[in-house]
Amino acid sequence: MPDKPGRNAIEVKNVRKIFGTGEAQVAALDTVSVSIRENEFFTLLGPSGCGKTTLLRLIAGFDFPSAGEILLHGQDIASLPPFKRPVNTVFQSYALFPHMTVAENIGFGLEMLGKPKAEIKARVAEMLKLVKMEALSGRRTSQISGGQQQRVALARALAPQPKVLLLDEPLSALDYKLRKEMQIELKRLQHETGITFIFVTHDQEEALTMSDRIAVMSSGKILQVGTPWDIYDKPAERFVADFIGETNFLTAAIANIGNGKVRATLKSGATIDATVAEGFQPKDNATVVVRPEHAKLTNGKGELSGAVENIVYFGTDTHIHVRLDSGEAFTVRQQNTRSAGCGFERGDTVGISIGNDAAQVLRD
Amino acid sequence: MARSFAIKHQPGFTAIAATCFVVLYLPIVVLVAYAFNAATSTSEWGGFSLKWFQSAWQNSQVIDATLRSFQIGAVAAILATIFATMAALATTRTAPYRGLTFKYAAINQPLMVPEIVTGVALLIFFSRIKIFTGYSGLGYLIAAHTAFCIPFAYLPIRARLENMDLTLERAAADLYATPWQTFRRITLPLLWPGILAGLMLAFVISLDDVVITEFVKSGGQDTLPTYMLGQIRRGITPEINAISTVFLLLSVVIVTLFFFISRKRD
Repeated sequence: MPDKPGRNAIEVKNVRKIFGTGEAQVAALDTVSVSIRENEFFTLLGPSGCGKTTLLRLIAGFDFPSAGEILLHGQDIASLPPFKRPVNTVFQSYALFPHMTVAENIGFGLEMLGKPKAEIKARVAEMLKLVKMEALSGRRTSQISGGQQQRVALARALAPQPKVLLLDEPLSALDYKLRKEMQIELKRLQHETGITFIFVTHDQEEALTMSDRIAVMSSGKILQVGTPWDIYDKPAERFVADFIGETNFLTAAIANIGNGKVRATLKSGATIDATVAEGFQPKDNATVVVRPEHAKLTNGKGELSGAVENIVYFGTDTHIHVRLDSGEAFTVRQQNTRSAGCGFERGDTVGISIGNDAAQVLRD
Repeated sequence: MARSFAIKHQPGFTAIAATCFVVLYLPIVVLVAYAFNAATSTSEWGGFSLKWFQSAWQNSQVIDATLRSFQIGAVAAILATIFATMAALATTRTAPYRGLTFKYAAINQPLMVPEIVTGVALLIFFSRIKIFTGYSGLGYLIAAHTAFCIPFAYLPIRARLENMDLTLERAAADLYATPWQTFRRITLPLLWPGILAGLMLAFVISLDDVVITEFVKSGGQDTLPTYMLGQIRRGITPEINAISTVFLLLSVVIVTLFFFISRKRD
């Protein structure tokens, strides 16, 4: 998709990062390009080892690219040391200075920038209020809880008003409830400060709920960039579809490409409409994905048919696992009601009807 | 469940442990006790007295040697700690490379080379310099003490640097601190307990040295240990016990301080 020129906070252009030498060379980043817009909550999502943290470190300046450019508001910063980049980081371990108080930690960046004492004091007070830590400003960082340390780390990184805030899996050390709270808190902070956030996580749910846009990474490459809706409903590749949420993969014969739509003939012989992934190269056979909640189980006929193999109750919904006549597996997610069961039993012969706008053809 | 091997429960353990402690501490207890002996003998008890402490205090040779020991110890410990800190920073704040292990070995060399060898080598080396420059002051002793104190100062400093979270320095750089500011504001304050521990250890090691000092010192440059050694050749009086007792007390105080400082976590 075309990016509006001049409104990008960060532009990563053809960046490669090679670790090791000779035989032991590993490309942690393999020619990555991505643009991150101003005021955006942008997430780098992927499994561990996919290169997301490496990319973050290159933007922060803790490491330097082997090739390529990193632009901040149009200026190449790839070779600047971290203390010369108007970019701040929230570390996974928080990295609060243990020999300083909460307030001293928050004021550190401003102090290093040589701001006058009065300004530092005012800004620190403002930050303490922003993260609701006014009462604990005089405490040592060892005397506050994990959640509070997280807030201090955020305040410290936000205090110098960076152009971009980098967050390296900052919520991974918190328990479930606190993590949920902090997700909302982070969204609020991003909204209130208007600073561009680049957030690194391996948690797909976290990425979907918080981000304006997501880049899905695997093996040093960015596979797809898009809104949470794009990524979830229009995955481009098998890895993306599989990594984010549950999905069904079907093999189909593809015909009639035009206007981003195709007719896909499934193994059952039924034909359904499907959207196609960006970069799809016309070919005869391709993989079609259908999310479990976009298909319906029927007692009669459908595009697919098979036998119920297993029924799993999840509270809000029930997952019904079906073995199709073609031998493929297919899961349907059905919303639960209070009064009745799901209406099917193991061994039932069932039909599956796929909605009009439910299928997406992958490019790989 | 089979009991795991516990040395505490083996027969004879108590006896062996007790013997070790007796051999280690009984002579010291006896030495300290006889420092308070009113008699001139170091084997016959003549009643309680502080006169040997008083006599040592009024002995100008003892006072001179003590002051010299402190002077050499203080200067050598400070110099050794500065060098050790620099060496520790250089050997920990770097990616591992070929030859790093060799550097560790080189820095810790005084722990492994027999002192007598170092002593003889320095004697020959310094005598050439003395002839060449004409200088024969305390500088030689200070240089020698600095050299063998470095590994003792280096070890606690390096241990502390290695346990330090590198992310803290990265965070400081991220918050606009230059490398020097990062060192001043983050690394050094967090390293401080290690530096103090190294300083004290180096000071105690310097105070205690006999072998190298004996070889390097010029006439009239006795330190407290070499003075004591000289006196013992002429027969022991309880004055030596009194000096040893004060020395012991001083060491215990410094080592205790060292223990508390190095235990302090943040």
